[in-house]
Amino acid sequence: MEYSNLRRQTIFMKKNLFDQGFLDEQFNQLEELQDESSPNFVEEVVDLFFKDSSRLLTNIEQAIDKYPQDFYRLDSLVHQFKGSGSSIGALRVKNECSVFKAHCNDRSLEGCRRSFQKIKREHATLKQKLESYFQLLRQVGPREHAVSSRK
Amino acid sequence: MGVGRGGGGGGEAAVRKRWRVKVRLSTAAVVVWVLASAALWAGLHWRFRRAALHKAEEGLVCMCEERARMLQDQFAVSVNHVHALAILIATFHYDKLPPALDQDTFAAYAARTSFERPLLSGVAYARRVVHADRENFERQQGWIIKTMKHEPSPVQDEYAPVIYSQETISYIEGLDVMSGEEDRENILRARATGKAVLTRPFRLMSNHLGVVLTFPVYLVDLPEDAKVEDRVAATAGYLGGAFDVESLVENLLRQLAGNQELVVNVYDATNHSNPLVMYGSEIPLGTPSPSHTCMLDFGDPIRKHHMICRYRNRPHVPWSAITTSSGVFIICMLVGYIVYAAWSRYDNVKEDCRKMEELKKRAEAADIAKSQFLATVSHEIRTPMNGVLGMLDMLLDTELKATQRDYAQTAQICGKALISLINEVLDRAKIEAGKLDLESVPFDLRTILDDVISLFSSKSREKGIELAVYVSEKVPEILLGDPGRFRQIITNLVGNSIKFTERGHVFVQVHLADHSNLATEAKIEPVANGMNGHKDEASAISTSISQNTLSGFEAADSRNNWDNFKLLLSYETNEMPYEIDSEKVTLVVSVEDTGIGIPLHAQCRAFTPFMQADSSTSRNYGGTGIGLSISKCLVEIMGGQINFVSRPLVGSTFTFTAVLQRCEKNAISDNKPVLLHPLPSSFKGFSALLVDKRHVRAIVTKYHLQRLGIASEVVGTIELALSVLSGRNGSSLTSMGNKQPCMLLIESDSWGSQMDVSLHATLQEMQQNDRTHLLPKVFLLSAAESDKVKTIYSVDSVITKPLKASALAACLFQALGITQPSNENHNDSGSLHGRGGSGSLHGLLLGKNILVVDDNKVNLRVAAGTLKKYGAKVECLESGKDALTLLQVPHKFDLCLMDIQMPEMDGFEATRQIRAMEGKANEQADDGDDDSGSESTVKTAKWHLPILAMTADVIQATHEECTKCGMDGYVSKPFEEKQLFQAVQKFLDASMPS
Repeated sequence: MEYSNLRRQTIFMKKNLFDQGFLDEQFNQLEELQDESSPNFVEEVVDLFFKDSSRLLTNIEQAIDKYPQDFYRLDSLVHQFKGSGSSIGALRVKNECSVFKAHCNDRSLEGCRRSFQKIKREHATLKQKLESYFQLLRQVGPREHAVSSRK
Repeated sequence: MGVGRGGGGGGEAAVRKRWRVKVRLSTAAVVVWVLASAALWAGLHWRFRRAALHKAEEGLVCMCEERARMLQDQFAVSVNHVHALAILIATFHYDKLPPALDQDTFAAYAARTSFERPLLSGVAYARRVVHADRENFERQQGWIIKTMKHEPSPVQDEYAPVIYSQETISYIEGLDVMSGEEDRENILRARATGKAVLTRPFRLMSNHLGVVLTFPVYLVDLPEDAKVEDRVAATAGYLGGAFDVESLVENLLRQLAGNQELVVNVYDATNHSNPLVMYGSEIPLGTPSPSHTCMLDFGDPIRKHHMICRYRNRPHVPWSAITTSSGVFIICMLVGYIVYAAWSRYDNVKEDCRKMEELKKRAEAADIAKSQFLATVSHEIRTPMNGVLGMLDMLLDTELKATQRDYAQTAQICGKALISLINEVLDRAKIEAGKLDLESVPFDLRTILDDVISLFSSKSREKGIELAVYVSEKVPEILLGDPGRFRQIITNLVGNSIKFTERGHVFVQVHLADHSNLATEAKIEPVANGMNGHKDEASAISTSISQNTLSGFEAADSRNNWDNFKLLLSYETNEMPYEIDSEKVTLVVSVEDTGIGIPLHAQCRAFTPFMQADSSTSRNYGGTGIGLSISKCLVEIMGGQINFVSRPLVGSTFTFTAVLQRCEKNAISDNKPVLLHPLPSSFKGFSALLVDKRHVRAIVTKYHLQRLGIASEVVGTIELALSVLSGRNGSSLTSMGNKQPCMLLIESDSWGSQMDVSLHATLQEMQQNDRTHLLPKVFLLSAAESDKVKTIYSVDSVITKPLKASALAACLFQALGITQPSNENHNDSGSLHGRGGSGSLHGLLLGKNILVVDDNKVNLRVAAGTLKKYGAKVECLESGKDALTLLQVPHKFDLCLMDIQMPEMDGFEATRQIRAMEGKANEQADDGDDDSGSESTVKTAKWHLPILAMTADVIQATHEECTKCGMDGYVSKPFEEKQLFQAVQKFLDASMPS
């Protein structure tokens, strides 16, 4: 009983993540890649993403505070961030990155700062949400999760 | 922008400067031209004037000479006569004794001969009397010698009293001529020379200017060279006469032409410095004018005379001198003006042309900008719209309340409409920009039409419109062309037709152009060769059908009614001579509807984008009116034409032609993805009986049955059908031979209310009588939803209209209980649909060595995971440099996927170096294997690792850059299955040997 409850909770949570636009189809595809040979593929990738992205965020922050601003470097850093974000299907992060890049193009430091704050917020939210999601998944167990990924 | 504007300003300044120079030049040219013309005028005028003057002078000389000669001649004649008179006197006065002359005789003689001396007013003879003889003389004569002043003459040496005189001057008789100074001198000179002498001109008693002529009379005949003394001694008297020069010249001149214009003066120029006027006014003329002087010889050696002629008036300038030169001047001015006008016009035109060019450039630029803007904006709108639609899709997948679902669905429908509109706008922009390229792939026209039909089937069913398709048999099964665009045109037209049709039908027909033309031509002739099989039924039903169209409603284009259609079919069944071999196939597609039609005033702009008949149209029916214009563009790109016939409130028929290429079925190469959905062939050899009272509709049904391989026969009513089934009719249906039809298809409108009962009864009866081996299944063809109808009518199955072969097949399978053969075309490896696609991707990538290079660990991991899932062996690297070392020439990789943006060495640079490396290796291999001949080429080709860029933004510029630096293509990131397959396919397919 509790088991199926948990399962329902996982599905609901994922659906929420999708509905609120945190994730996109790419995340589903990632989950499809997960099979017996790599049971924790998604989590692994997501971990990788957060590790990588924290480093990138630090770099971006430094680049913003540096004077004079090197918008080109800023742009390429954000581009990287956006690339890895889109790989795991982090939709909101990705969108915000696009906004950031647009500000870079306009050379608007103020915009970049605002955008960066948003990115950080989105990033943190996503991290927290995904962590709880994976936690739930671990409780459900690998077997069930594979089923749940099939929409 | 700023630079451009600056350049423009500079150009403008230059233009202005050039303009100013031009103006200055033209002003100078005008001035020079006017001056030159004026000079020409002056020159010409002067010349003419000169010529005129010269002529006048010549005339003057001529006239003057003439006058002088005449005067001289007349004078000479007079003098001669005086001479003769002198001799007369000498002869008859002195030689005769007593003298034979007296005053009376002389006077009479002189008077009677005066015509000989027109110039002399009169002649008189004075006798020489010496003083010694005076008294004697006076006595003899009876009067004393008087002086000229009528006084008794004083004592003189000698006297010369006039003894004889002409009556005209009788008043001088008895006067001593020698008393006058002039006369005396004259007399002395005359007797000394023996010649006629003249006095200087003086006023005569008649108050005319004149001269007196004196001629000596000698007593003896003297020789020419006689001495003066002898002459004086021999002198007996003197003959004198007064020349009235004035009247003389006047008379003379009066006789001659040109008298009026000439002023003639005659002078005695003995004293050269002070010539005396003999004739003419002394007053000099006001202006010096050309004159001519002629010498006159009056026979007096001492006195010199001359004549001066001049024109009375200054010779006027001849008109021609003014008119001609003025004419030339005007012509010059005109020519100048013409040249100037032409020049300035040319200049203006050139300037205008330049401006035009500029405007054109700007307009073109604006057009390009517009197209680009359209493309960009549409693209930009499309992207988020796709997001919206996707989200709506997902939303619809969730559990929603009915109202929520309704809202979401509405939103989705609107979104889809918007997307399709944007796509259309984008299409148009693309067509306008000339960027639309047509594909050339084999496709099945009939399938496409079926698809279009099914697209609109629900709509047509809702509206109760009959929607049907007919494709002529002669249209090849597989055609080469652009199926997407073809479908787009037909979808547009059919969509329009359905939108504007409330009742009746929408009918799509496809024929070959040759047949269609033939039918139209033959239409004039009486239709004699109709299909024989239909004659009896046609006569039976024709009363009930007013219009022989698909639905019975009148259509705008009468060409599509039954008569014509029949004709068309007959041409197709009879082998018409037309080129089977020709590569091109021209199709005529017509879409006929019975809708509201297009108002006459709007017909001319039916193909103009965004033009609907009027604003009420869009209000009532919606739409933007871009569809037709796109269709027109597409048709024109396909080498066809589109036009329509429309009658308001009757309907419209759109007809377009398209040139496609014939394509033999077996000629289709395997690796080309062919959009074919072969129909099941399980029905081959089946036969059907169709009950339909409308011929056109029956033909359509027949066409679909035929596609399934079912032979069919048409009858008009159920009764006829039953009689055919039971064989009572006796009319064996030729096409079915002896075979009993295994299905009976009945149009719903042929179905009477009690029909099913009687039908079943008959069928039962037939079975009981064992006249048929198999009871035919009964199908009802109905436009309504199948479930409802099936319960109302007791039939085996209901086939829902609009008809299309695949749906028909499915329905027949179900009803006849035949199991549908599993997908017959399972071997199509090219198909990208469904799971087959990923399966083939799996097949492609299985066991392949793939190198993935990306500095982004997350991306790397995901890409690797995806590829591994398809069975590939993946190696990951994080920088371009590592890739270089790993890709030293003998390597095992089949494919390399590389990120473009990487630190240190980006994808482009890495690829460039890899290609360089390969090139070197190939060269070496080439050198090494030079001896081994043919094998070397194989090896040379070996080292070319397919490298695909991984990029997040798939735009044209990146693609071009990819190919420029030696990459073979690109894949989107994150991977899209279909795109990945397409990109990878061509590289891995070729190297399939493993």
